[in-house]
This record gives sequence, C-alpha cells and structure tokens, in this order.
Amino acid sequence: MTQQRRKPRAFKGQQQLREWRLSVICNFKNLMMPKTCLPPTGMPPLSALEIRTSKPTSQRRSLGNWSRNADSDKTELLAGQRKSAAFWTFEYYQAFFDVDTYQVLDRIKGSVLPLPSKNFVRLYIRSNPDLYGPFWICATLVFAIAVSGNISNFLVHLGQPQYHYMPEFRKVTIAATAIYSYAWLVPLALWGFLMWRNSKVMNIVSYSFLEIVCVYGYSLFIYIPAAILWIIPIEWVRWITVLVAMCLSGSVLVITFWPAVRDDHRRIAIATISAVIILHALLAVGCKAYFFDAPQIEVPGVSGSIASVPRFC
Amino acid sequence: MAEVDEASKPLFAGLSDVSISEDIPVEGEITVPVGSPSHDDEYSTLDEPVKETILRDLKAVGKKFGHVMYPKKSTTLLRDWDLWGPLLLCVTLALMLQGGSADSKEDGGPQFAEVFVIIWFGSVIITLNSKLLGGTISFFQSLCVLGYCILPLTVAMIVCRLVLLGGTGTASFIVRFIVVVASFGWSTFASTAFLADSQPPNRKALVVYPVFLFYFVISWMIVTFSPSHSDGATDTGP
Repeated sequence: MTQQRRKPRAFKGQQQLREWRLSVICNFKNLMMPKTCLPPTGMPPLSALEIRTSKPTSQRRSLGNWSRNADSDKTELLAGQRKSAAFWTFEYYQAFFDVDTYQVLDRIKGSVLPLPSKNFVRLYIRSNPDLYGPFWICATLVFAIAVSGNISNFLVHLGQPQYHYMPEFRKVTIAATAIYSYAWLVPLALWGFLMWRNSKVMNIVSYSFLEIVCVYGYSLFIYIPAAILWIIPIEWVRWITVLVAMCLSGSVLVITFWPAVRDDHRRIAIATISAVIILHALLAVGCKAYFFDAPQIEVPGVSGSIASVPRFC
Repeated sequence: MAEVDEASKPLFAGLSDVSISEDIPVEGEITVPVGSPSHDDEYSTLDEPVKETILRDLKAVGKKFGHVMYPKKSTTLLRDWDLWGPLLLCVTLALMLQGGSADSKEDGGPQFAEVFVIIWFGSVIITLNSKLLGGTISFFQSLCVLGYCILPLTVAMIVCRLVLLGGTGTASFIVRFIVVVASFGWSTFASTAFLADSQPPNRKALVVYPVFLFYFVISWMIVTFSPSHSDGATDTGP
C-alpha cells in the first residue's frame, strides 16, 4: 500500500474501542445470521463519530439491516430478535426464503429499471434479503445461455454440409461454473473489500453480504432475455443487446454501490465502481463470445477444405 | 402412595409383591382372538412367494403411473409414496438418452451419469426449495411426485426414438418437437396438480417455476437427442 495518508483510528477510551470491536463482530455475525445481532448499546454504533461528522440523521449509518426512521427502529429491533436459530437447523435457512411471489417480481422489476433516486437495496430488499432470487435466476441463466447458444450455433451453421449438430452438453457445466462463481464470489470479494474500507474510513452506508448477493443475483436477470435475443444470428443485434443489458443492470449496481464508497478517497471509490462495471461487462461479453459462434460470412472456396477433415465414426 | 413407599426401600423391592391373580379383575383383552381373521395374523409377508411380493410392488407402481397419466387431485401419490417408480423411470430415460461413446472431439449428448445426476439432484433441490418456502410436503413425498411425473417425458423419449428410426429430417424433427412439448406440458401440469395443495398460497408460483425449469431441461435433452453420431453411418460418408 503506497498510500501516504493512513489515518489511524482514534478511540477516546476503552468504551469506544470495545464498542467498535463489538460492532465489527456484530457486522460479521449479521453476515451469517441476519437480523439477529444487535449493537452493544442498543443504538447503532459509531453514533459519536456520526455526530462528529455532523451528517443529518436521515443518513445515519446503517449496518445494512436497520432503517433510518425512529419509529421503524423499534420494529427493526423487534425484528432483530425474531429468529436466532443455529446454523445447522432448517429454520435458519428458511429465513432466507421468506419472500412472496409479488416481492420476487417487484425485485426483478427493480433490477431492470434503474432509477437514480431508488437504491435497490433500500427500496426492495429492505432488510429481507432472500436467496431464492439469486439462486434460481442464476440457474435459469445457465440453462438459457446453454440452450440459446446451442440453437444459435445450429442456425448459424445451418447451411453448411460438413456441420454436424451436437447438443454440446459440456457447455452447461462450464456456464454453470462461470455464472455461479460470478454471482457468489464477486459479492464475497466486494463485501470483504467494503468491510475493510469501513474499518478505515467512516462510511454512511454499508451492506451485509446477503444483500450484496441479492443485488448481484437480481441484476443478472436482464441477461436472460438478452441470451434469448442472442439467438438472432446478426452481429450488430447481439452487440446492441449486450450494451443495453449491461447499461441497465450495470447502472443498478452503480446506484446501489455508489453510496457505499462515496465517502472514501476519490480514487478508491472510482476504482471500486469501475471494477464492478468491468466485471459485469466481462461476464456478458465472455458468455457471448464463448457460447455463441459469430455468424460466418460464406466463402465458397473455404468450405471445400473443411470437408476434408477426417471423421472418427 | 406406592411411590413414596418405594423410595424408602431398595430398588425393585416392591415388584416381588405384585402378581396378577385371579381375584384381581383385569380389564381388557391381551390375547389375540382366535378365529377366521387369524389366517392373516399367522400370514406374514416373509412367507409369501417372491413373485407375489414383486407383483404387489409393481401393481402399486403401476397404479401410480395411472394416476400420473390421468392427473386429478388425489392423494394416492402422496400417501403411499415409493421411490421404485422414479428409479425405474430415471434409469430408462438415462439409458435411452446417453449420447454415443465418449468420442474425442465430439461434444455429444449427456452421458448416463449426467442424466441420472441431473434428475436426482434436480429433484432434491426442488424439494428443498419447496420446503424452504414453507411447504408442508415431506421430503420423500416430493421426490416421489417429481419422479413419477417424468413418466410422460419417458414415453415421449420412446416415441422420439421410434420416430428417429424412420429418419432425421425436418418432418421427424417437427413430430418429435410436438410430442416433447405436449409431454412437457403434461408433466408440469401433473406435478402441479399433486404439489399445489401443500404450498402456501402466495408462493405457489415460486414453487412451480423450478419444477417448470426442471422438466424444461429434461425436455431439451430429449428434443436434442440425435443418435447419428453414435451410429456413424448416416449423413456424411467417409
């Protein structure tokens, strides 16, 4: 780290140090058991520091699960004591699937239509992150890409006599690995990075791991219709689809994560946001390049040489 | 009370005093009534011929097949669940679907193990999903229903193979496509008819969608099945 300015944390006494430690542990526990960890003093920690930074109370620090209004604090505190099942019981995981159909549909709609004033996490997730959306959207995307890729390859190579149709089942495993890694490892890295930055610089907003997984999972939804549109074997249609999909879901991600890095050093904030966008773009372009063959321009002289490849019957 | 007395005596000391004698009236019957129903009491399933055991299980499986082919809201599949039917269907489908030998360059269809794993892991994941969403169905009941509802797709696979014997042209593809789409709709409808009642009302779509995806994937594997790369004697000559 070549940074010259590295402000050490200044704690005014053991009480604040202890509170800070407990809040970090609390935050970590909230990763595993949402809504179960309350801060030690019953108020969001670092309140003294917030007063020092003199931010308005409407933007008080949220550890991802507590809202800002005073009257909903009570409900949030009560909700935080709702379930504290151990992680080896079934009820613990049921807490992650506590969504209704209309909620899932609302979240999908919110991930596709970015509005600058509406933070996806605050508006839709709102302390009820679910794992249903990320898991099944990724599964659908895996099969959508594999099936569409297969169909599009078939259409692209339709007229060629030497092409032999293959279901290409291996590509399903490759697609599954790529998409699930993106949807689960990138949020892990991002969450770790944001936690690390939070320990150095006071951030107003921070998200729990499950909320980041939720945002990433739902933001992948736009690629499902994009993958279906990629069946059309026209190159510029595919590129336009890629761009539109990337812009829509990328902007949802940016709107979500900008408040979390806004207070950091300028360069780090921009680097983080750029990394988020670049990884998102890489996934789209990579999938398109690997699973969808480019439509070839028919050259009469070339096809004769390909037919001479021996076939292992 | 007797317990207070026994606490002061050594253990089991009071039991020797207890005996059932004729002058203490005992309520109830403890003997098995001997009569015409005794024929069943002495007849256990260990003694029956093996053929009867197998036939009984086969009849149960066959009856459930009938329920799947004509799905109406009934609890037979749920009440007497068994996993023989799903195993039979899964093995049949995987045997018919395995795509050729593992050729070096050809990325063919799914192998036997892949189909097997997809069907069973897919069923397990869907069952877990429905239970996590608050369904009241038990784990094996759900596996049973999902496995039995593969029957229309297995029938479609048999039909596809028969059609493919006649040729691999566009007409056969259209016939196969229609057959597979019809059986996919049938499977999904049948499994929904059995599963729908056990789900919470505002989450039904969340539970039905993975089932739809599961049968869609299996239908896709059936539609894209092309045996020509395993036979090696069809379109392009040497």
